[in-house]
Amino acid sequence: MDGYHQHQYLEGEVRIPSGCAISGIIDRSGKRFSGSDAITSISVMHDRSNGLGGGFAGYGIYPEYEDFTALHIFYYGSEAKRKTEEFLEEHFDLINLSKIPTEKHRAITDEPLIWRYFVMPLPTKLASSQLDEDEYTARCVIRINKEIDGSYVFSSGKNMGVFKAVGYPEDVGAFYRLDDYKGYSWTVHGRYPTNTPGWWGGAHPFSLLSYSVVHNGEISSYDANRRFIEMYGYACTLKTDTEVITYMIDYLHRRQGLTLEEVSSVIAAPFWSTIECKDEEERNALTYLRNTFASMLITGPFSIILGYNGGLMALNDRLKLRSMVAAEKGDKIFIASEEAAIRIIEPNPDRLWYPIGGKPVIAELYTTGQGGAHGHQLPVSGL
Amino acid sequence: MKHIVVKSRDYQEVNQEIRSTKDKNIVLSEVFGQRYLGSSLKDRELTIEGTAGNALGCFLDGGIITVHGNAQDATGDTMNDGKIVIHGSCGDGTGLAMRGGAIYIRDSSGYRSGIHMKAYEDKQPLLIIGERAGSFLGEYQAGGTIIVLGRNQAGKSPVGYFCGTGMHGGTIYLRCDTLPVSLPPQVAVRDADEADMQVLGGLLEEYCSLFAFDKTELLASHFFVLQPNSATPYKMLYTHV
Repeated sequence: MDGYHQHQYLEGEVRIPSGCAISGIIDRSGKRFSGSDAITSISVMHDRSNGLGGGFAGYGIYPEYEDFTALHIFYYGSEAKRKTEEFLEEHFDLINLSKIPTEKHRAITDEPLIWRYFVMPLPTKLASSQLDEDEYTARCVIRINKEIDGSYVFSSGKNMGVFKAVGYPEDVGAFYRLDDYKGYSWTVHGRYPTNTPGWWGGAHPFSLLSYSVVHNGEISSYDANRRFIEMYGYACTLKTDTEVITYMIDYLHRRQGLTLEEVSSVIAAPFWSTIECKDEEERNALTYLRNTFASMLITGPFSIILGYNGGLMALNDRLKLRSMVAAEKGDKIFIASEEAAIRIIEPNPDRLWYPIGGKPVIAELYTTGQGGAHGHQLPVSGL
Repeated sequence: MKHIVVKSRDYQEVNQEIRSTKDKNIVLSEVFGQRYLGSSLKDRELTIEGTAGNALGCFLDGGIITVHGNAQDATGDTMNDGKIVIHGSCGDGTGLAMRGGAIYIRDSSGYRSGIHMKAYEDKQPLLIIGERAGSFLGEYQAGGTIIVLGRNQAGKSPVGYFCGTGMHGGTIYLRCDTLPVSLPPQVAVRDADEADMQVLGGLLEEYCSLFAFDKTELLASHFFVLQPNSATPYKMLYTHV
């Protein structure tokens, strides 16, 4: 930090005993809706957070700029902004830039400068880097976060955006005027930090390119995962555990080309004793994934919702140590930490179920995937 | 009868209102996940319409709670006496550390149902689940009875992985034709005999009348009985039951 803000404690330096709340909605037909349903849903779980972090990710919110990367950046001080913009101009064509519109809210204070840029890589730079566009953009984002003091790129995807702050999520939603945005999917998080103090960069979702993760839980394997992923050029700069999940998913899904089901079998790998019960083909596949990516197993309790272009994936740790409920109504799929957070926005779902630990629930736009929420579930017939 | 419309009201306020009212019968409608409802309730009846929040009826001490809808996590946490009836399903950790009374669930229950149930003399907790339960059913069970009826499961095992892990007391009855996979070594399994069916007949009486299920039909099926394996050291180490 640049001294503009107080000293930030690192992961492990402080322990605050505690919950967290997550919720996600997708309309698989691609119909866009405002962020207000996500705000209503998370507000029901108010008591799961403590006002030290709230945030949203909306997909399909920038259709007019869908071919450009939207960078959302926190600046602590004008020097950070000057240095970052100099870096951006060196690497990207800046199509549009502005402050992100916010509304003063008495519960949201100490905000950094919050800017948004729509960019595309400079063609000559991109060509000489011999990287594809995603990799080029990811490396630039990591470099800003790592090397420019007081500057944090907290959203870097296309046709999506993350909005986060220190505060309760319903207040954060009002602060960023999310009623004014329309997306086909939304995720939201209410934070109750357990090991590190709340700060703006430490609020969820954690995002790289178009991946975003909201998380309820605590990663016991954090440092093992961090050491491994940092060997591949990522840098954990946000002083909390969840960001490492985002980088691991980016690495496994985008860079290694694993399917989301395979990614789940790596980060929430079944026990060896469970793998032994499987038929030969599945046993071999699961054994291969566990062995090859041994350092990417996430231990400890977690429930996460991954947002990506065209879909949502919900995943629990293999022991299901955090609650999660999913529901379907027409084209919409709902996922939340608590059933009440779904019922408040959809009182009569067509079906409702408790996802099983380690088995992903994947819901995609009909145009990009099969749209289905996958099987392996524990159905609840009491509707 | 006292009627409270809950909607988005704070759980503390609602619980205070329940405690301060003199009525024997209380109805809560439009409930959206408020926690600790009916905590330590004694001698009174609480009816809930909507989604009951976490730790419904925790420390329940003789009261009766009926939910028309589903309940979330940790239903009946450490309850001592009384009854919780769910016309729907429950989330994870149902009957956590339960030490008396009964929880009747019409449909399913999530992970770790009946974890660390215990019993002492006349305190014999009972948890009955109509359809199926998630993994870790009866983990560290030390006493009491868990019954999973496997309705609508076509005879397949109605529980997930690691059923009865660390079990050192009590009994689990599963109504199914095939055993769950990966039962841990500290669990001994046998087919239910005539004496077991007698016991089950008694335990299912109230449950079946509450949900209008045909008891005779349920009892006509095969049941497995899971009990701690006395050849393992758990029982000697932790209890004298």
